[in-house]
Amino acid sequence: MYSVKEPDHGTPARQGEATVTVTIDGHAVTVPPGTSVMRAASLAGVQVPKLCATDTLEAFGSCRLCLVEIEGRRGYPASCTTTVAPGMKVRTQTPKLAQLRRGVMELYISDHPLDCLTCTANGNCELQEQAGVVGLREVRYQGGATHTDAAKDTSNPYFVFDPAKCIVCSRCVRACEDLQGTFALTVLGRGFDSVISPGKTAFLSSECVSCGACVQACPTATLTEKSLVAHGQPDHVVKTTCAYCGVGCSFRAELKGDQVVRMVPDKDGGANHGHSCVKGRFAWGYATHADRITTPMIRRSIHDPWQVVTWDEAIAHAAAEIRRIQATYGRDAVGGITSSRCTNEETYLVQKLVRAAFGTNNVDTCARVCHSPTGYGLKQTLGESAGTQDFDSVDDADCVVVIGANPTDAHPVFASHLKQRLRQGAKLIVIDPRVIDLVRGPHVEAAYHLQLRPGTNVAVINALAHVIVTEGLAKEDFVRARCEGPAYETWKAFISDPRHAPEAMEAHTGVPAAAIRGAARLYASVPNGAIYYGLGVTEHSQGSTMVMGIANLAMVTGNLGRRGVGVNPLRGQNNVQGSCDMGSFPHELPGYRHVSDPAVRALFDAAWGVTVQPEPGLRIPNMFDAAVDGSFKALYVQGEDVAQSDPDTQHVARALESLECLIVQDLFLNETAKYAHVFLPGASFLEKDGTFTNAERRINRVRKVMEPKAGKADWEATCALAAALGYPMHYDHPSQIMDEIARLTPTFTGVSYAKLDRLGSLQWPCNDAAPDGTPTMHVDRFVRGQGRFMLTEYVPTDERTTRKFPLLLTTGRILTQYNVGAQTRRTDNVAWHAEDRLEIHPADAELRGIADGATVELESRVGKTVLRAHVTERIQPGVVYTTFHHPGSGANVVTTDNSDWATNCPEYKVTAVQVRPATQPSEWQARFHAQAAEQLGLLPRGREEA
Amino acid sequence: MDARKLVKMANDIARFFEAEPDRAAAVAGVAGHLQRFWEPRMRKALLAHVEATGGADLRPLTLDAVQALRG
Repeated sequence: MYSVKEPDHGTPARQGEATVTVTIDGHAVTVPPGTSVMRAASLAGVQVPKLCATDTLEAFGSCRLCLVEIEGRRGYPASCTTTVAPGMKVRTQTPKLAQLRRGVMELYISDHPLDCLTCTANGNCELQEQAGVVGLREVRYQGGATHTDAAKDTSNPYFVFDPAKCIVCSRCVRACEDLQGTFALTVLGRGFDSVISPGKTAFLSSECVSCGACVQACPTATLTEKSLVAHGQPDHVVKTTCAYCGVGCSFRAELKGDQVVRMVPDKDGGANHGHSCVKGRFAWGYATHADRITTPMIRRSIHDPWQVVTWDEAIAHAAAEIRRIQATYGRDAVGGITSSRCTNEETYLVQKLVRAAFGTNNVDTCARVCHSPTGYGLKQTLGESAGTQDFDSVDDADCVVVIGANPTDAHPVFASHLKQRLRQGAKLIVIDPRVIDLVRGPHVEAAYHLQLRPGTNVAVINALAHVIVTEGLAKEDFVRARCEGPAYETWKAFISDPRHAPEAMEAHTGVPAAAIRGAARLYASVPNGAIYYGLGVTEHSQGSTMVMGIANLAMVTGNLGRRGVGVNPLRGQNNVQGSCDMGSFPHELPGYRHVSDPAVRALFDAAWGVTVQPEPGLRIPNMFDAAVDGSFKALYVQGEDVAQSDPDTQHVARALESLECLIVQDLFLNETAKYAHVFLPGASFLEKDGTFTNAERRINRVRKVMEPKAGKADWEATCALAAALGYPMHYDHPSQIMDEIARLTPTFTGVSYAKLDRLGSLQWPCNDAAPDGTPTMHVDRFVRGQGRFMLTEYVPTDERTTRKFPLLLTTGRILTQYNVGAQTRRTDNVAWHAEDRLEIHPADAELRGIADGATVELESRVGKTVLRAHVTERIQPGVVYTTFHHPGSGANVVTTDNSDWATNCPEYKVTAVQVRPATQPSEWQARFHAQAAEQLGLLPRGREEA
Repeated sequence: MDARKLVKMANDIARFFEAEPDRAAAVAGVAGHLQRFWEPRMRKALLAHVEATGGADLRPLTLDAVQALRG
């Protein structure tokens, strides 16, 4: 239900050419075959009364309010379930229909509390509206049994369930089933006794994942956001983009003044089509949380109290420190880190600041620690550092391979889309050490779950390719037409070697050879096979090798260049793709062009009025090493929390402590800021204009709905710092930054805010041949010309289990929390995940005397921490798993500095550990808590709770 | 820069290119990767390690690539 009303045509649109002409109340309208009479009427400007129908759900035909008369047909068919036929003549308003509708409505209202004036939905209630539409004037049925005394369920932190107001239209149940795919809701009982139930329990303890689809679908106040209860109906809407994961859902921020009343997923959103998850839909309260720091601060030493200063003072101090350090230690002793949580325009500006004002290429981004191998691997094989498809492509997939990704937790809206396709019959192969939810769920079951040992991805992908090649399943025609012949022949000989056979690899991977062979045959034999992958692919010592192995597999099966296929990296944060596109890597200028290319540098030299350095700069882990080494002394970090998110926390801490000037720009005093000398207050996504680019290369607009709490949007702070360094940047609005990006980046040709406003979104590459974007890449030829097969030898990681460290730790994410948790920990999402826990198999737990919920010590070669255990068969014996959303858990105290050979992306997914019962926090945790107390005590008075 | 860490990183690069049957292409692959992705002080430190130790703990392919970089 939309507060500020959008059109609702009652039933979903049908694809195809409009060829069927019907007449509705004398108005002719032509629609695609399969369109409902209700939708055709709506498109003709005729609104048929309805309650159980909405255009986000397939028709159900239960409320009997949308009855119509059709010439030549008997009775009064429901317009929602009746499809159009050529020449059909429909009447929606007749005395008989009016009588029938009033009768139906009278029955509904006889079991509904008549408290409209004080009801949350007052002014935006479909039941109230339809009662008016049908002309209901009396309710004759009084004194009988009703549900109006039914108790409210307020257990969910974000919405209320008030069954007294329920008309049992089943829109919520269908939304949960058809859109979300969770099947948490059901109709209990029959006839008058029918009630909606989240499985005979409270919402909070049910299977409900709080995606909000039921709330959105509800036509009454039965399911209502608590924020709507608190603030009342909104008065205007601003369309914007979610600031959480890489799906990039479009939202309607519904507002009263600058008060966000609720965030509602936008039906027109290209990535989400009106669906959402608990984070984007509900967990936005952090933006106005009391912990926000909204004044600039400086200090000489990290043990000194923070001094509140003006923006000018903070910027002047930061600039003076940068210049002092460069004068003392050299130009390359400084650098910057851009953030995937910030906009394209902001990341572009930070890398421009570093390259043009600092005069160095020491700029990197948090994609370093997540998807940098994607950039490297896909560029080497296909020619472009990006996924090949749009999300809608999955609708045409016949077999989906999910590798090292957990979409139901990390990319929930895409997971729902994927599950819709799986319920239609597409096959699923999951390659993951854990039993993720997709392996087996409501009406979804993987045909194969290749439950490999952590660290053996490349062995598995090679074995799959070996089967395809040696069993004659390769699409030789595609390869001959589209790929480099000599490289293919070399690869074919390489992969055909028996050492890559599933049987030979079984001892390494732990995956039965028969399962590998079955999965390979399935993927290679369907018309359309699509691969989706996540950080379980990239965050390994062979992350880049694995990405290339995936591309090899797609090429050899011809699964590229059309809908339903492809290689699809599921990006972790909202703007990982964008931050990479914008030249955040130390070796690449915007558009993935190497700094060593004189022609590219000349372009930027001319545009920026400086000389861009020709050598690559330091990557984030190299910056830390150089800091410890003493040759790197100042760092500007915008919107990232490296002290929590990056591996080997104690090494990161030593590096940050070694800096003479650390400038942190963030919403909160995050873990990194505890080592900072300058704090610049950040702006949330609600406080600025810009764009995010999601995992399908979709550039979406971020629109300001309130003024920056600290007085400056992030791009303005970067501009101020540049000006103080003697390099003024002249922008009045982020749209001008995008104009510059478009001028300098061939894949962004013609992108502008005006165009984005007109088209809603654009998927790069945008160029003269595809001015409105490119949903599917590599259609007729690969970006690099011909696809290149790469040799992907399996090299076991150096991180081996031993008697001292007999288990392998792998880390990941959970639905309700996001990355370092700085945002979601400051929302009611903590109701679901208040702490990080260590998943351990019952056999490993029993061997160690560990019960579910027990406190355990987790120790690796680099550190130890203490957290609580969760004993579960979701994880295989010999492997343990945890998340890193809470800083005190210290997951990254344990992870090591092993990294991907090509990109230095950390090997978060494989750490040899031991687990044992514990009774007290680790020494690191004791120091962590002491430091946290010290640093909070150094905040200005009144801010100690931050 | 920590030479031990740089040696491991360089050897990891070499272990990828060791799959390449053409030795010259493998050497060029490692050298090219170091040139295109390593910041100069890292390359300098690795070269210094080779100067000081003759290439201790470096895989043969890594050492050949470093020698190629020295040109």
